[in-house]
Amino acid sequence: MLSLYTRRRIINAVGLAISMLAMLFGLFWLCWILWTLLEHGLPALTPVVFEQMTPPPGSSGGLLNAIAGSLAMTLVGTLIGTPIGILAGTYLAEFGQRGWLAPITRFINDVLLSAPSIVIGLFVYEVYVIRVKHFSGWAGALALSIIVIPIVIRTTENMLRLVPTTLREAAAALGAPQWKIINFITLRAARAGIITGVMLAIARISGETAPLLFTALNNQFWSSDMDQPMANLPVVIFQFAMSPYQDWQKLAWAGALLITLSVLTLNILARVLFRQKATTH
Amino acid sequence: MTAENIANPKIIVPKIIVRDLNFYYGNDRALKDINLSITEKMVTAFIGPSGCGKSTLLRTFNRMYQLYPKQKATGEILLDGANILDKKQDLNTLRAKIGMVFQKPTPFPMSIYDNIAFGVKLYESLSKNDMDERVEWALRKAALWTEAKDKLKQSGTSLSGGQQQRLCIARAIAVKPQVLLLDEPTSALDPISTAHIEKLIDELKEDFTIVIVTHNMQQAARVSDYTAYMYLGDLIEFGDTSMVFTNPKRKETEDYITGRFG
Repeated sequence: MLSLYTRRRIINAVGLAISMLAMLFGLFWLCWILWTLLEHGLPALTPVVFEQMTPPPGSSGGLLNAIAGSLAMTLVGTLIGTPIGILAGTYLAEFGQRGWLAPITRFINDVLLSAPSIVIGLFVYEVYVIRVKHFSGWAGALALSIIVIPIVIRTTENMLRLVPTTLREAAAALGAPQWKIINFITLRAARAGIITGVMLAIARISGETAPLLFTALNNQFWSSDMDQPMANLPVVIFQFAMSPYQDWQKLAWAGALLITLSVLTLNILARVLFRQKATTH
Repeated sequence: MTAENIANPKIIVPKIIVRDLNFYYGNDRALKDINLSITEKMVTAFIGPSGCGKSTLLRTFNRMYQLYPKQKATGEILLDGANILDKKQDLNTLRAKIGMVFQKPTPFPMSIYDNIAFGVKLYESLSKNDMDERVEWALRKAALWTEAKDKLKQSGTSLSGGQQQRLCIARAIAVKPQVLLLDEPTSALDPISTAHIEKLIDELKEDFTIVIVTHNMQQAARVSDYTAYMYLGDLIEFGDTSMVFTNPKRKETEDYITGRFG
């Protein structure tokens, strides 16, 4: 008969070992993905990638038009989605305590949050692209903004709810009207968390392919006209990686690495920002 | 204490009169027919076990409960003769007259200076100079000036717990209220910070009428002129602090203050 203490130690060791194995299993795939990306992407990531347009099959070129298109659509999508998301999230957190509108909005938002992005692409195709009869950068940005909105709504609401009630009461006790309490106290207290949410939303949309396939499509040439089909990294990767041409495949790896690096940077930045807030408050 | 009161040149004037006050959380009656009066420029303490309604009573004085739709109060609370429970009473002007400090320090997420200026700006538009003066005045009153004067631009959250609580007191008095409500202001603080705040309360009653809720009976005995003992929503006993603590009229009060209960 083992003593209670020894038994606990064994159970602890076994539990720890299983958890470590699970972690190693997960990390293994992550590292493998990153390794493969670096292995194929790094040699392909030459200055030419940032200088030249996507080439026709068989010749060399870069990804400049796709990078610019991705940046433009991500930017516009974020600019449309963020204010709507923050306003709606503020409504849910600060005014959504009573009535029927808030719970319904919250439920629909949750559905939207988990909606497959291809559905959102199809939706924009149906209501916008078909109507104007051509693919365009605007349509792509619109589809991306629809992905941004529920993420920002959710994080804004969650972050505002983390703000202690006593802080609201303290501001109200000074006689501050509700709009001032929200603007100057609660939104400010939740600022780091909300910015983190926006950054995570940007990270999410910068890798989305499906919604752009039906909306912005692609463009082999430079285009700064958002009303025209627009090149973007995810769709270029999709098209080039599936092609039989080696030049194209190499560019696809370079693009994939680029997206991964920018998403990684955004994620790390968001974490650092959030941690800073956690230590100062 | 009674001898002191006679020696005290202050005239005893009721600042707040509570008449037949009842309070409801939904259908639960949390305060039962409360009647008492708060004397101007004196410290009145509410004591009693948890859940007795002492904080609830305090929060009716600035209608804090109005943030929550299911809470309501009936009866009368007269501030200088005017019923503040009247629907026509403007909340912002009421709260300009009645400041409040909470159990946990609640510095706003902004600089020490802006923490104090925030409340002032709600009611007055002061020049930069006047605002500087007001901030200094409030910090001096709250005995925080020497510690904070070199870091007015730093975040209010960078202060220690006790300093944060004094910042909250400074913020409340910067608006120049007439009444100061303190809801267990020292229960989250260490003994030294508590002593600071208690000394401060003694100084502040020169200018303000103070109502303090405390679960610490020694604190009530130390800082207050009048004490109300509450239990389960009833006001059991109310009177001179020295009387309530040395010669309570009711057996329930005696049981509580002698530690036989609660």
